[in-house]
Amino acid sequence: MLSRRTLAGAVLLAFAFATPASAQNTVKIGTVLSVTGPAAFLGEPEEKTIKMYTDKINAEGGIKGKKIELVSYDDGGDANKARTFATRLVEEDKVVAVLGGSTTGTTLAMIPVFEEAKIPFISFGGAIEIVEPVRKFVYKTPHTDKMACQKIFEDMRLRKITKIGIISSTDGFGKSMREQCLKVAKEGGVEFVADETHGPRDADVTPQLTKIKNTPGLQGLVHTGFGQHGAVVTRNVRQIGLQVPFYQNHGVASKSYIELSGEAANGVRLPAAALLLAEKLADNDPQKPVVVAYKQVYEKTANQPVSTFGGHAYDGFFILIEAMKRANSLDPQKINAEIEKTKGFIGTAGIVNMSPTDHLGLDLTAFKMLEIRNGDWVEVKAGS
Amino acid sequence: MQMRAVLASRFFSLFVLAAMIGLLPLAFPSGYYFRVAALVWISALAAIGLNILMGQAGQVSLGHAGFFGIGAYAVAIGPAHLGVPPWAALVLGAALSGILALVIGKPVLRLRGHYLAIATLGLGVLVAIVLTNESRWTGGPDGMPVQRLVLFGWRVAGAETWYWVSGAVLLLGTWLALNLTDTPTGRALRALHDSEVAARVVGIDVAAYKLRAFVIAAVYASVAGSLLALMNSFITPDQAGFLHSVELVTMVVVGGLGSVLGAIVGAAVLVTLPQLLTVFREYEHLVLGLLIMLFMIFLREGIVPSLRAIFAARLRTRAAG
Repeated sequence: MLSRRTLAGAVLLAFAFATPASAQNTVKIGTVLSVTGPAAFLGEPEEKTIKMYTDKINAEGGIKGKKIELVSYDDGGDANKARTFATRLVEEDKVVAVLGGSTTGTTLAMIPVFEEAKIPFISFGGAIEIVEPVRKFVYKTPHTDKMACQKIFEDMRLRKITKIGIISSTDGFGKSMREQCLKVAKEGGVEFVADETHGPRDADVTPQLTKIKNTPGLQGLVHTGFGQHGAVVTRNVRQIGLQVPFYQNHGVASKSYIELSGEAANGVRLPAAALLLAEKLADNDPQKPVVVAYKQVYEKTANQPVSTFGGHAYDGFFILIEAMKRANSLDPQKINAEIEKTKGFIGTAGIVNMSPTDHLGLDLTAFKMLEIRNGDWVEVKAGS
Repeated sequence: MQMRAVLASRFFSLFVLAAMIGLLPLAFPSGYYFRVAALVWISALAAIGLNILMGQAGQVSLGHAGFFGIGAYAVAIGPAHLGVPPWAALVLGAALSGILALVIGKPVLRLRGHYLAIATLGLGVLVAIVLTNESRWTGGPDGMPVQRLVLFGWRVAGAETWYWVSGAVLLLGTWLALNLTDTPTGRALRALHDSEVAARVVGIDVAAYKLRAFVIAAVYASVAGSLLALMNSFITPDQAGFLHSVELVTMVVVGGLGSVLGAIVGAAVLVTLPQLLTVFREYEHLVLGLLIMLFMIFLREGIVPSLRAIFAARLRTRAAG
């Protein structure tokens, strides 16, 4: 009995260790994403997007005749696990480039591994620390919180709003964006007169909002934080009759936010990527064909509504593929040099122009200022 | 007969462990294996400590990752904000964890069974919340970088180096834990584990011994946390989270309650299995859960005690036959 069990164990181990013999005619790309765990809403659409387009490229013959072999790991949102998988991709799988890091935490944990191994790494994490200071092999595709703040302040300045309140969630995203907003407030020409926080799972924030409402001279309000509680704040703002212009952020930008907020969402403004508008973009918008095509392909294959997070993966994947085509080599350093030279790449987040001093490559034009009217997004001209 | 004497020897586990640490690298093809093994040694250190509390004193702690987190953030915050060198921060973190365990343990260990589990759970959650929210000090939910450990001008970096450092600390921890087993404290703890009432009747200060085990376990976890943070040179608050606490408890139970070697085997299983199971892709977690269930059904006492019992039974039948 024991020996049979031992045997079964040994077979299982042998099976686990045996990696498929890789053909010479493939190129290995690694991903480490949070497909399960608390950040699954980021990692899941990201992995689906990358798999989908890998299959598509392979069906069309690969990159210059070489098929892509995807090595995907799921870190479950755990930074320590992500670090181990990063080491594995470098030392065992010998990939030429890595996509991922769904969160800022997992990304920051992995950066030292790829910097040391000199392998290009394109992250989908939000925070600005990933690309500031610039590291030779690290890139990211999502807009930064700082840009969202700047976009909001730009709109406020044109509407002559200068004294504003901020309510922020205490989760990673809400906190980081609050700090960035406070940092760029001065150059944005606004002054914070109220500053309140709420827990990421709070079902009611009227006390904090009432305090903000009673601040003398208040002209506007910003909320930082992502996911569903954006809707809680929005409903509460209307319930207590706070009349000043209210700005949400790109982290709540999804159809479910409008559904959960109902009537209260009308009149709310927020900066967001072109992907949210898709078919509604102006016909002469260079991003229109890209985002419409991605939206249709994703919704058909994955059978779920498209999200900005999957869009970040789309951008990272194609920035890498195009760089690999230009490099015409499997040398990670040559691929890295080409990623850095990315110019005029049209992605879902905007038009990307990388440089040795800018590994994000997006500017404020990448954000559209949207207003919710009658339960739908409408693009508004800044300051109108 | 001789074989049995070796098996029964107090330091059998220590010999096995030292041999393993020394010989394993011969089979390692790359740095990745050194990293996984170093992770096993670090988790094993925390599991050994927890095993003193759970296996010997019979008390459950569902918040042990809290102490792990304190150790980890001590070496992160100490050098970054207070100018304390990393090695001193490790010692300070361990002292802080010990003192916190002492202060908290006094009232908490008066509770029994489920109440104790819930109280320790609360402690762990509290530590995780503080680490997440005090972002000025801890970097918040996104974590913070940790300075490299420098000992006498030697910069401790790289997976292979950390393999040896963590292996050495694990050996030390194992030696201390094995020694404890045969001291009056160890015997008192086991008496307490078997029956608290009987232990009290024969004159054992139950509360004091429980507290001692709790403090020891906290210090082990704290040192393990410091080692992990120093090795990764980056730390996030999920190391102090509830899931990590559960993982530590699982290591002890799967490996074998009360067995020092068992805690190490349990850590090895829980650290390496997720790496081996990546071939199952989406079914990874399903297979992991299934395997742990199978371990618990067929090796009910935990891997090491069950296998040792089977092995000893064989020796007996052979001697009899």
